[in-house]
Amino acid sequence: MANVPASAKVVVIGAGIVGNSLVHHLAELGWRDIVQLDKGALPNPGGSTGHASNFIFPVDHSREITDLTLDSVRQYKEMGVFTESGGFELARTEERMEELRRRMSSAKAWGIEAELVSPEFVKEKVPFIETDQFIGAFWTPSVGVVDSLRAGTIMREKALESGALTVVPTVEVVGLDVEDGRIRRVRTDGGDIEAEYVVIACGVWSPKIGDMAGISIPLTPAVHQMISVGPCPQLAEREGEISFPIIRDMDTFCYERQHGADMEVGSYAHRAILHEPEDIPSIEQAKLSPTEMPFTSDDFDPQLEQAYELMPELLGAEGAEMRYAINGLLSLTCDGNPILGESLVKGLWTAAAVWIKEGPGVGRAVAEWMTHGHSEIDVHHSDIARFHPHQMRREHTRLRTTESFIKTYGIIHPAEQYESDRDQRLSPMHAAQQKLGAMFFETAGWERPHWYESNAGLLEEYGDATMPREHEWDARWWSPIINAEHLQMREAAGVIDLSAFQVFDIEGPGALDTVQRTCVAQCDVAVGKVIYTPVLDAKGGFLSDLTVMRLGEDHFRVVTGGAHGRADLQWFGNQLTDDGTTITDRTDEVSTIGLWGPKARTILSALTDDDVSDEGFGFLTCREITVGGVSVLASRISYVGELGWELYVAMDDAAALWDTLLETGADHGAVPVGIGVYGTTGRIEKGYRAFGYELDSERSIVEAGMQRPKVKAADFVGREAYLAQRDAPVQSVLCTLVVDDHTSASGVKRYMLGGEPILTRSGEPLTDGHGHHPYVTTAGSAPSLGKHVLLAYLPPAEASIGNQLAVSYMEELYPVTVGSVDATALLDPTNDRIR
Amino acid sequence: MIVVLVETTPSGEAVEVSREAITFARSLSEAGGGVPVDAVVVGEPSADLVATLASYGVRTVHALTGEAFASYAGAAWASGIQGVRGSSVVVMAAGTPRGNEVMAHVAAREGVAMAANVLSFSGLAPFVVTRQVVGGAALEEMRLGDRPAVFTVAGHAVEAVPAATPGPADVQVHAPEVAAADLVARVVSSEEPEPDLSGTLKSAKVVVGAGRGAGSSEGFADLLELTDLLGGSLGVSRVVTSLGWRPHHEQVGQTGSRISPDLYIPCGISGAIQHWAGCSTAKHILAINTDPDAPMVTKASYAVIGDLHEVVPAINAEIRRRQ
Amino acid sequence: MTTLVCIKRVVDSSSEVVLTEDGQAVDGRYAGFTTSAHEECAVELAVQIGGEITVMTLGDADAVEQLRAALAVGCTAAVHVVADPQTFGPADVAREIAAVARDGGHDLVLLGNDAADSGDFQVGIRLAYELGWPVVNGVSTVSVADGVVTASGAGPDGHETYRVPLPAVVTVLEGGVEPRYPTVPGRMKAKKVAIDERRPTAEPTGPGRVRLLLPPPAPSDVQILGKGADAAPAVVDLLEQLGVLAR
Repeated sequence: MANVPASAKVVVIGAGIVGNSLVHHLAELGWRDIVQLDKGALPNPGGSTGHASNFIFPVDHSREITDLTLDSVRQYKEMGVFTESGGFELARTEERMEELRRRMSSAKAWGIEAELVSPEFVKEKVPFIETDQFIGAFWTPSVGVVDSLRAGTIMREKALESGALTVVPTVEVVGLDVEDGRIRRVRTDGGDIEAEYVVIACGVWSPKIGDMAGISIPLTPAVHQMISVGPCPQLAEREGEISFPIIRDMDTFCYERQHGADMEVGSYAHRAILHEPEDIPSIEQAKLSPTEMPFTSDDFDPQLEQAYELMPELLGAEGAEMRYAINGLLSLTCDGNPILGESLVKGLWTAAAVWIKEGPGVGRAVAEWMTHGHSEIDVHHSDIARFHPHQMRREHTRLRTTESFIKTYGIIHPAEQYESDRDQRLSPMHAAQQKLGAMFFETAGWERPHWYESNAGLLEEYGDATMPREHEWDARWWSPIINAEHLQMREAAGVIDLSAFQVFDIEGPGALDTVQRTCVAQCDVAVGKVIYTPVLDAKGGFLSDLTVMRLGEDHFRVVTGGAHGRADLQWFGNQLTDDGTTITDRTDEVSTIGLWGPKARTILSALTDDDVSDEGFGFLTCREITVGGVSVLASRISYVGELGWELYVAMDDAAALWDTLLETGADHGAVPVGIGVYGTTGRIEKGYRAFGYELDSERSIVEAGMQRPKVKAADFVGREAYLAQRDAPVQSVLCTLVVDDHTSASGVKRYMLGGEPILTRSGEPLTDGHGHHPYVTTAGSAPSLGKHVLLAYLPPAEASIGNQLAVSYMEELYPVTVGSVDATALLDPTNDRIR
Repeated sequence: MIVVLVETTPSGEAVEVSREAITFARSLSEAGGGVPVDAVVVGEPSADLVATLASYGVRTVHALTGEAFASYAGAAWASGIQGVRGSSVVVMAAGTPRGNEVMAHVAAREGVAMAANVLSFSGLAPFVVTRQVVGGAALEEMRLGDRPAVFTVAGHAVEAVPAATPGPADVQVHAPEVAAADLVARVVSSEEPEPDLSGTLKSAKVVVGAGRGAGSSEGFADLLELTDLLGGSLGVSRVVTSLGWRPHHEQVGQTGSRISPDLYIPCGISGAIQHWAGCSTAKHILAINTDPDAPMVTKASYAVIGDLHEVVPAINAEIRRRQ
Repeated sequence: MTTLVCIKRVVDSSSEVVLTEDGQAVDGRYAGFTTSAHEECAVELAVQIGGEITVMTLGDADAVEQLRAALAVGCTAAVHVVADPQTFGPADVAREIAAVARDGGHDLVLLGNDAADSGDFQVGIRLAYELGWPVVNGVSTVSVADGVVTASGAGPDGHETYRVPLPAVVTVLEGGVEPRYPTVPGRMKAKKVAIDERRPTAEPTGPGRVRLLLPPPAPSDVQILGKGADAAPAVVDLLEQLGVLAR
């Protein structure tokens, strides 16, 4: 048994690609007294890194994952363990070709060289492929393979050389001690280690380790099947590990990757085979390693046939045999993203559900995050704080990963909804909404009406103004009813269910200090004022944007979006002053109903005796009123650019209030309006930004065009950085663009959905001051303008109203014109409608 | 009466495992109130053999002779044993290939059950034996209710110990008629085995062993270098050959080559029983393994705890340095 | 000439053996399942002999995996007697094989010398008595010419050879041939073979098993020379001391 130190600054559990990268980057950032544990032996302790296929395709639809991948590739190259092979993603169907065209959009948006090529082009580089099996391919020359075990060893040894690290292999963690909400100690079968910080970086075993501290790390070990066929003479005659490009046969969900004289065939086509972390065998029990489970050949047979059709001469070559076949375990999460960041236990961090292609990048990001409180690459989609309680259940992870496994190579529409484990959080109005034919989309487990079929009658009324879409892909998970609801709201009024809002109260003597330190906007305002504010990290990047209501001298209520609400709750909780100030989640007690439109005041007046005139109830104020006999906290604010209120009501009263508003509203033309309007059409006409789209930690207030003339005197997180940003030359500018012509080559009008690259009119790429290429952060109809509107960060030189550019969609260029270069709204720029 | 088939060496001595089987039979006899133990041998026994068997407490030595027993035929041997067993309640042999085969014939002919590789018994009524299964990696408690009880005794289940109070043994020579059908399958020739590919492995003074710890087919470079430096041979575990990392003829184990080098250096081999069976007669074993509790480590004479990919290059470097 | 080759789905026992909770079987969920090594060689010998080769097993539904594996390397037909193998003793299994052998009109039956799990060492011999055929036991090479099987293997008196006329039963020990791995086309062909599923012909009498248990760990007197690369000098000292270091 190795010697386990009695104490450490930080203990990293796991010596796979993630743990190794993490100890390296922590040491680089000046951390000392790092202890790394693994229950296995080095250099291959038996986790998923040990059997990984180790190839990297850089293009992903997610910017976050792509950035982590590109950073990882850079690091692998620096270590000399990257071999460029190039890679093809094949299309057997026209539908897949369309997806590959969409992939071209992502490649251009992220600035990665890629090309759509013919089967003959593929055959030239991969002579043993059958060209009659597919119709085209996506060629990425920068695809390559890495030696992830070697990389891990190099990084670990660097940390060892710097004297920052003690490595203790073959020691198993048996407990984590938490005291006063903070990690104190790691217990192992080789002795206990007192530690200030602990990072769980042990892949498929992470949930088991997390349980020891009472935190949920919702990932599931899942099987990825892989076989090795060889020796193949076609491969043997070339030197080295890889000399032919890697093939991803997208429509059969499998890949073929040369490994010396062998061809590895891997599959994501089989049924989802999930395991519990507790059921992974020990090193002694396993035949090969704990994460190389016995191969189940039946599951693989269909794959084999398809692979054979594609490469009959190679896979059927004389002497080519199937010698190695495993059910390899890897980690899956409910949304496909890694699990990173500090858990609810202070000092206990996670870095799990990470693949080889992201490993070194994740190591750097988490090390930076632990050091500075933020990372260079925005990783909020991977933040462990994103999980709501229902998502922490193993059942949820199991159901969602079962559903999504087959989509590993799938064609996933950006708005695609999960089918499993739905109806976890229902608003009090849910039953009523079902009767209205609501089309429910899910956010943070909440079922939110995206539009209402009951409003279908409006389609006729508004006709072409509803901007119907001709192409199935553009119209999938969408309805022109959204635009009809939008127009009706602008003409009369709309009632919107906003129950998914995360609502929490900060109360106590330090409440003001807490919100002041957390928020950019001045929060030392009169009781009854409503504040809209960005929330920044120390480097001046967005952590959130949200509203704060001052309900009392020592009482603030924060309202934020459901999707990111848990992270906001945790962030505010971490800023609490140490004087008895408390934070209380009210999300499940309070429902929110929005009422907006020119008739909103008329409708509300009919239901209340309180003064709701502009004088009596000013913009950005809130107070308790009675509406239809129900006590509500009304807040005059708008995210859709209309006069109106958010009405906060006790869950028990919400359904009645909903009915009352719709009944009374009906006389004035009010209709129920879905999130399709609230989340997209309503806001983009007004140039309102959304966190996770326009705003993330890589964006600044200045670039987002949201700076105010003054900065409050009180200190807040990110203030220094923000002040510096205000004085520095701007590197990119968030603009609103209008699509001038939707007609494609085939004559079908096409509508962008978001993520597309913005190019010059002639199709040349643009580059901003960060070296990034502009892409569409939000796309949607602006029915009141009769236009399709795109938001995008442009290089400052291109950010001028009237500038003519182009958007690339499905590999065709469409002309666009810059309509606005700051937060100025295209619709009602003087905000008359809100009064 | 208990009948024990005793196998002999080419020079006519009782093999050790057969003496173990008689020792086992004696303890069974004692538990059963002193039923006599008889031995069956094939061929005319020498006086030494009779004396040896007598010293182990055998009462009667039955010798099967005649043309039918000139070369081996399992069915013929079984037929011979049936001829002399009379009303014996137990027919047994050592758990050798011959012993298991002949007992299987006896059991099939008698229509009774048979237990192979018994280690001990835990009761007479019912007669329950504990025997090796899964190549010795697990044990089975088995009820052996039929009479005669037919079984074989696993090698080294008991130590071969002469009887405390031996008596004289008488010899009965039999030349029974054997049915033609029982002589169809018989050894028609036996010769010195031709040297096979694993010849050097079997005769090497040093064998470097490699198991799944090698990690992949590319993980053998350091091991081969060590093999070279020691002028030895490479031997591998079954996992390694079944994955195609190394050829079959390099396999050491129950079903591969059995090796007896001066030094065996198993690297990254956990030491499943089936592998142990092929290397247990090495004079010295130096295990290199990450797991201090691995069976190969606990059975070894020397061990280094560590990954072979770290330890073996260091050993190679040290050897080169000293050269 | 048609051959019947009998295989058994067994837990791969190359790693630590784990028993099922009821102690009636070895638990294969970690190590997985395989075909006994002797039987893999029996299959290989059958394929080398050539002709029509039927592979059969008595096992639960999952045993089809082992049948397909044998089909993938050259067997041409498969019979699956679907039954819980834990409830079948050697005599029961021999009886079921005999039924299949008679029914299929096979000339030669190849089996493993003993199963890797139950280690009974007797199914082939009992089968021979069921069929009234001669049996050659524990050989590692088998060839057939002019209706005569020539089989040989290592015995106490050296390399022993048997010659028996067909029909005959032969049980095989690993070591004489290297079983081939499946090829991709072989595997695909195997997938398409219809497997003849059958019920057992009679109720089993059982194996007499009370329970399985794990042997106690052996006492150890190992001398630890050190940990990791640092142990190298001590190792080389030992090599010198044992006189195995080439000078």
